[in-house]
Amino acid sequence: MDALQKALDQLDQATAAVRLAVQDLANAPAGAEAAGNAAHALSGGAIDPFVFRFAIFVLAIFVGYYVVWSVTPALHTPLMAVTNAISSVIVVGALLAVGIAASGLAAGFGFVALVLVSVNIFGGFLVTQRMLAMYKKKEK
Amino acid sequence: MTVNLASFLYLVSGILFILALRGLSHPTTSRQGNLYGMIGMGIAIATTLALATPSAGRFGLIVLGLAIGGGIGAVTARRIAMTSMPQLVAAFHSLVGFAAVMVAAAAIYAPESFGIGTAGDIHAQALVEMSLGVAIGAITFTGSVIAFLKLDGRMSGKPIMIGGRHLINIVLGVALVVLIVLLVGTESKFVFWLIVAASLVLGVLLIIPIGGADMPVVVSMLNSYSGWAAAALGFTLGNLALIITGALVGSSGAILSYIMCKGMNRSFISVILGGFGGETAAAADDGIERTVKQGSADDAAYLMMNAQKVIIVPGYGMAVAQAQHALREMADKLKANGVEVKYAIHPVAGRMPGHMNVLLAEANVPYDEVFELEDINSEFAQADVAYVIGANDVTNPSARDDKSSPIYGMPILDVDKARTCLFVKRSLGSGYAGIDNTLFYKDGTMMLLGDAKKMTEEIVKAMDH
Repeated sequence: MDALQKALDQLDQATAAVRLAVQDLANAPAGAEAAGNAAHALSGGAIDPFVFRFAIFVLAIFVGYYVVWSVTPALHTPLMAVTNAISSVIVVGALLAVGIAASGLAAGFGFVALVLVSVNIFGGFLVTQRMLAMYKKKEK
Repeated sequence: MTVNLASFLYLVSGILFILALRGLSHPTTSRQGNLYGMIGMGIAIATTLALATPSAGRFGLIVLGLAIGGGIGAVTARRIAMTSMPQLVAAFHSLVGFAAVMVAAAAIYAPESFGIGTAGDIHAQALVEMSLGVAIGAITFTGSVIAFLKLDGRMSGKPIMIGGRHLINIVLGVALVVLIVLLVGTESKFVFWLIVAASLVLGVLLIIPIGGADMPVVVSMLNSYSGWAAAALGFTLGNLALIITGALVGSSGAILSYIMCKGMNRSFISVILGGFGGETAAAADDGIERTVKQGSADDAAYLMMNAQKVIIVPGYGMAVAQAQHALREMADKLKANGVEVKYAIHPVAGRMPGHMNVLLAEANVPYDEVFELEDINSEFAQADVAYVIGANDVTNPSARDDKSSPIYGMPILDVDKARTCLFVKRSLGSGYAGIDNTLFYKDGTMMLLGDAKKMTEEIVKAMDH
């Protein structure tokens, strides 16, 4: 009888285990959803865009660091002229202000900015071009 | 155009800007790099216009603005003398700084157009980014204007020291932080303009105590600032091209400042604190009479024509005298006579990084005859003549040998190791550091007193006899 009792107990335990497993299975989709949400958050869905911009900013600093160290010292003046020209990409802000700002004052500020950076864009790139055209190799 | 496509195009223009800088690693690839830069700028402008779709009237206004500015820029770029390049770059930096202030002002008066909220309800984060951009922009603006005036000789190159300036600067700095916090809390336009005003004053105060000879560091530093200002506004506008460019320009300027400081063996902080480098600082007079050997143009011509190897060391004096063309004529004569000619450039020669290289390039000196300090310094020992024209402190042996010298530790060109050193100089005065150059009294040194250009021209004439 003891042996039978033991066998029945084991059977109970086994069914309980199976029941638990089935419950787990039933709960599984919900678990997967939670995991999916976490993954989505990791890949950026729930992150403030600032973080991405900041990541790009930091990476660009590194790129700048390596690129600028590889610039030959002989071209440091053209480097300053061209960095100056490209920093005029701030023109995008000026264009928005002149283009669509509802406030006349804002459009006015934008116009001033637009004229100034246009001087820089054209002046910067052209003077760089003029300088670079002068660098020649030894005639052989 | 969708916002996503626009972001993608801004990224492309950012990458083109990286390629523009990458091209500068060698003169042969540099022109293509510059072209990439122009294309990148074109893409950024076109994308913004396609995204914003301004009305016909506003579009006309944009074209007008581009035409006015572009016209002025193009004419300036064509007419400017190469010797005025440091001034021009400083002036251009001031424009970027002021434009940053104006863009930020436009953003605070019309936040809807920039997608940063509505009037009275601008996102706090955007306000912080914007105020950083406007503060750095305004400092860049006035700082660059002062640098321009000093470089252009419209203002004395001497450091101008105001009593308690460090305290004033600290107070202004703290005030700026308080004002930025206030702006975020109140979004008051009055506070915004207070930030602008405080930063404008700070820009002036930061640059006036810095002497003319430290200008290479200042110009590089302002270059860096203009980048950070652009990046800060890039965050406000959520514009990738602006963020990438700002980071590139910011790190580029910072690296150049570092290289310049190292070339002078000075810390960045000591340069920024100022007070060094009055161009007319009095010579240290220790009362000891020392003999100086003077020579004439004929002596110099004879020495060089009979040399096997001549190394030319140009400095700021060559730029002032515009002697680069005469110098190349001299080098041509020497080369025709079988003399080996090289040029040695000290990192801080001139008033901005690479200043001498551009002037020599303008005079058609091939870039493969021009060498940096570390590449040529060992060759002076084998050179028969070192021809120093317009350089002074960067050749002073005290920097190498005299531990008590204020410039001790600064890397110098070892011109004293050449068999003869010909030193072209207007008078026997000291350099910007106000330090006597012991090189003048060495046996192997022959002083050629006179204007750099005239002296070189006379030597060229003497070579014909």
